[in-house]
Amino acid sequence: MDVQTEAAYDGNALAGPLSEVFAVEVTTAVGRCRSCGTSSRVATLRVYGPDPGFVGRCPGCEDVLIRVVRTPDALWLDLSGMSALHVSMQSSDEE
Amino acid sequence: MQGVPDGEVSSYLVGDAQPGDSVEVRGPVGGWFVWKPEDSGAVLLVAGGSGVVPLMAMIRTRDGISQAPFRLIYSVRAPDDRIYDHELQRRSAKDDQLDVSFIYTRAAPDSDPRLAGRIKIDDLVSHGWAAELEPTCYVCGPTGFVETVSNLLIFLGHDPTMIRTERFGPSGP
Repeated sequence: MDVQTEAAYDGNALAGPLSEVFAVEVTTAVGRCRSCGTSSRVATLRVYGPDPGFVGRCPGCEDVLIRVVRTPDALWLDLSGMSALHVSMQSSDEE
Repeated sequence: MQGVPDGEVSSYLVGDAQPGDSVEVRGPVGGWFVWKPEDSGAVLLVAGGSGVVPLMAMIRTRDGISQAPFRLIYSVRAPDDRIYDHELQRRSAKDDQLDVSFIYTRAAPDSDPRLAGRIKIDDLVSHGWAAELEPTCYVCGPTGFVETVSNLLIFLGHDPTMIRTERFGPSGP
């Protein structure tokens, strides 16, 4: 069987589907891998897809961090590979 | 428009879309592969084929509002494949902080002393910035191209955190 070793895309490709469910831009957020502890920008994940869904893997250990499956009437989001997702927010003092 | 076998969008545009059809476009989305005008440091842009498109957006954004030194290394198969050819020549001619270099992978013009071939470390040394200048590097193109260039930049001493990449999938035929 032909094993695809090189990810076709990177986490930038998740910007569109994730923008449908998140109020903030998530590709600049940093996810921590539950498996190896590596912290990575979502944009830098190794991404396979788009069918049947996008699978984002950790650049450190290749474990799955995120799965995004878009059906005609729903979006499935599996973040179980991440122990945390760090999203920068504008400081409330700056408003 | 170039069709990519099994390509989700290009096969539709090449095979099915007709003149006069309307398409709906969402975006721009994504905040990572973005240059911000308040960053005044040196910038290296490396494009493979149509990967030049988001880099061109940075060049246009910079025009008139930033003096950040930009260098673009643009890899194409042959001279006819240069997207934005005239605009790039015009912009670099009038702006001494914008350098544009072409790398030809299959057919180089007679005037080019470089033999046609894929991008090599020498090309990044000759036309890029020294790693000591700590430029921000933006690399966009087919997946294999982006992997090659980012590995070469790291080998040349660039900090991996200063290299931002966007892969648009396997390259076309």
